[in-house]
Amino acid sequence: MSELLQHLVNTLVLGGTYALLGIGLTLIFGIMNVVNFTHGILYTFGAYVMFIVVQKFGLNFFVALPLSVAAGWLLGALVELTLLRPLRGSDIDTTMLVMIGAWIAMQSATLWVWGGVAKSVPTPFPDAPLSIGPVSVSWLRLFVLAAAAALIVLTYVLINRTRLGSAMRATFQDHDTAALMGVNVDLIYTSTFALGSSLAAAAGALLGPVYVVYPAMGDLAAVKAFAIVILGGLGNITGAVIGGFILALAEELGAGYISSGYRDAMGFVIIIAVLIFRPTGLFPRAERVG
Amino acid sequence: MSAVAHKLEPAATALSVDRVAMHFGGLVAISDMTFSVGEGEIVSLIGPNGAGKTTAFNIVTGFLTPTQGEVSYRGLNLRGMKPQAIADLGLIRTFQRTSVFPNDTVFDNVMIGLHRRGRVGVLPSVLGLPRVRRLEAALKDKAAELIDYVGLGRRAHDLAGSLSYGEQRLVGVALALAAEPSMLLLDEPVSGMNASETHTFVELIRKVRDRGIAILLVEHDMPMVMSVSDRIVVLNYGRIIAEGPPDVIRNDPAVIEAYLGQGVKHA
Amino acid sequence: MRLILSILAIAALASVPLWLSDPYLLNALITTGIFVIGAMSLNLLLGFTGQLSLGHIAFFGIGAYVSALTSLGFDVGLPFGIRIVHEPWSPLAGFVMAVLVSALCGYLVGRLSFRVRGAYFVIVTISFAEVVRLVALNWVELTQGPLALTNIPPMSVGLPGLGEFIFRTKLHNYYLVLGVAVACYLLIARLVRSHVGRAMRGLMENETLAVSIGIDVTKTLTLAAVVSAGICGAAGSLYAHYIKIIDPEVFAFINTVTMVIMVVAGGKGSLAGPVVGGLIFGLMPVALRPVMAPEAQWIAYGAALIVILFIMPRGIVPALTQWMPRLRRVRRPSFSKRGIEESA
Repeated sequence: MSELLQHLVNTLVLGGTYALLGIGLTLIFGIMNVVNFTHGILYTFGAYVMFIVVQKFGLNFFVALPLSVAAGWLLGALVELTLLRPLRGSDIDTTMLVMIGAWIAMQSATLWVWGGVAKSVPTPFPDAPLSIGPVSVSWLRLFVLAAAAALIVLTYVLINRTRLGSAMRATFQDHDTAALMGVNVDLIYTSTFALGSSLAAAAGALLGPVYVVYPAMGDLAAVKAFAIVILGGLGNITGAVIGGFILALAEELGAGYISSGYRDAMGFVIIIAVLIFRPTGLFPRAERVG
Repeated sequence: MSAVAHKLEPAATALSVDRVAMHFGGLVAISDMTFSVGEGEIVSLIGPNGAGKTTAFNIVTGFLTPTQGEVSYRGLNLRGMKPQAIADLGLIRTFQRTSVFPNDTVFDNVMIGLHRRGRVGVLPSVLGLPRVRRLEAALKDKAAELIDYVGLGRRAHDLAGSLSYGEQRLVGVALALAAEPSMLLLDEPVSGMNASETHTFVELIRKVRDRGIAILLVEHDMPMVMSVSDRIVVLNYGRIIAEGPPDVIRNDPAVIEAYLGQGVKHA
Repeated sequence: MRLILSILAIAALASVPLWLSDPYLLNALITTGIFVIGAMSLNLLLGFTGQLSLGHIAFFGIGAYVSALTSLGFDVGLPFGIRIVHEPWSPLAGFVMAVLVSALCGYLVGRLSFRVRGAYFVIVTISFAEVVRLVALNWVELTQGPLALTNIPPMSVGLPGLGEFIFRTKLHNYYLVLGVAVACYLLIARLVRSHVGRAMRGLMENETLAVSIGIDVTKTLTLAAVVSAGICGAAGSLYAHYIKIIDPEVFAFINTVTMVIMVVAGGKGSLAGPVVGGLIFGLMPVALRPVMAPEAQWIAYGAALIVILFIMPRGIVPALTQWMPRLRRVRRPSFSKRGIEESA
């Protein structure tokens, strides 16, 4: 019982960051119809910015976090402007392959600059965990959950309560009509990609200190993000949040009760199961032809 | 002349659409539709925009499953059959917009269209057995013949996507004919064609019918519909408001009302 | 004309070991050749049916593991007290099993994943490869997990009256790979020019129209997946018996990406595309090795993929044939002219 309780607490902590990852990816797909293979790299990037700012520049952990989100935003905007904007109107496969190329180049660049050795980010939190009865959770993880929750709420407000958000939603519905209504679709695309990227960077910045920071850390994160997005339905933000927590739960239970080796397999199992039994995700958005 | 013959002695029913309804969520695209097409007959389905004509087409060819009612072809109920299985019965359609394989030549388009006649085992075709070679040669002759038949002989080696709108429609018909139809469903075949192209097309439709192929036509071009149809079925707001030979439809008050009503709205 | 071109190309490739004795280069050519076979199989799906499979390495890896395990033998326990003990068979039997099992996997994956298209298809294929990788990593009793399967015997063929021929040297393996590659090329060429190939092209260009003229989507795509997976499994088998050691890293996503780059750069939907793209990108690391660190090579790899997509989105071979009208006429499917002339 207490074991299960511990798994549920871990699920909450993990699920929050997974949701962040998923929202970013699903926004980009929903609005731009781009399958973003650089998402994992942005996650890695966020974690490395954390490491550099805290470890190398000796700045405060809580200052580094917003810096890392901002850096993710800028890098996302840069990728969109240089790689995606010239390809507007190309088919989805072409943009997907370009994103794969960007992912390889960027990941190799990270490896080149920082080497393959894992780095750890020092945190200001006490080492002793918070224990309530049989359940214990580190202060760092509690902070990660709180920060992730705050960022999710912030994203919701941005999308549902601001002018930019309503323009994004209009573009999501139908970009031609949105353009006719005076929405600057180019700007919306760049903002969307930057926002999605900054969320991935935020997830990396939050989880990097929990685990360790290394160049390939984003690969699994990207695959997990895909699983989350498939679960929630491509382009569905609420679905991504729910999907994030479902994946976290499946991983916790899979690792706890089956074998820790299959923890990372849960995401793929979910993807395959969803596509067999409910091909358009739990909250569908049609894409099939015919 | 053949229209008269049909009136005197009704042909056997080929296609029968019986009390079909189609709802999309709360939206009623077709409320209650019943009509039939006889063997060798040309029937047109007309009506203002949004009357449910293309929906009816999609139901008949299995791209949509009706909410209620039955469609049968030569006595066989089509419910639950996939489009490809319906095509195997000889019920072949063309499309309003997507009517060709754009990156292939006209000749290759028709070769793809001949798929139903060219089916042989994978192994024999990979091995290039003599009988497969003979079949392939026969298919090439057939393709060339079909291209001449629709009058595109000079365009055979051009990419289908580079052809004019009207020519692409002809490719669409050649493709459909390649699939050996016993009945052809044409969705707005002459839209975007000029007068002379339309005239050629009408000749083609008649030629096709004279091969014994029944035709169901959805079309906006009224003079074309009036000249070519044996019978006309008029749809408005998802229900049939009139049915009969062109002369009767021309003077039907309900039809005039439906079209005038729309005309006024557009003006 | 095209026949002459093909024979010249094969003769050129066959003559390579006569004037090139550097074992490092020969090794690079052999592994490149194996990957070219994989890329050709991927091209069958990506270039001729339009389905971007990003899990293609799974079939390669399955072929490698099946071939290795068939020729090494294994002894595993399954649930419910079942034990399977397999005595070693010949490497050739391993090759055949690799093709069959990979093709079967292609069938299963095809049946499941062709229910979806576009982004969903891509993601489900990636997931399949990753699940297979994790099984290879964790099912230690069968696969040795990260410790790898070692001492895989070299490929050998029993020749009637001549005894057993063992492909021991690099030279032997070079001609083995070349032979299998030529056979696979011919198989794919025959397939895409048959009525099945026309059905595939129809589905790729306009699925709705293809269905309306009686083309069976699932059957056609599944067939393509089966053939493609089988060929990729053959490549995996060659790899296992050449390298002689297989670990779960063979399933790495980057290997799929390598094949995708070969196909896209060379020209998807062109028969020669994966060969040209494969030779360029397979040998690029050899050319770059003296001047660049390995990480920098990968950066160049990624950048090259982007640049090619920007300036030659259709790939090198189609771009070349477009620039050279004479070549283009050669490459035109031969039947598209004859039929008309015969009937005229």
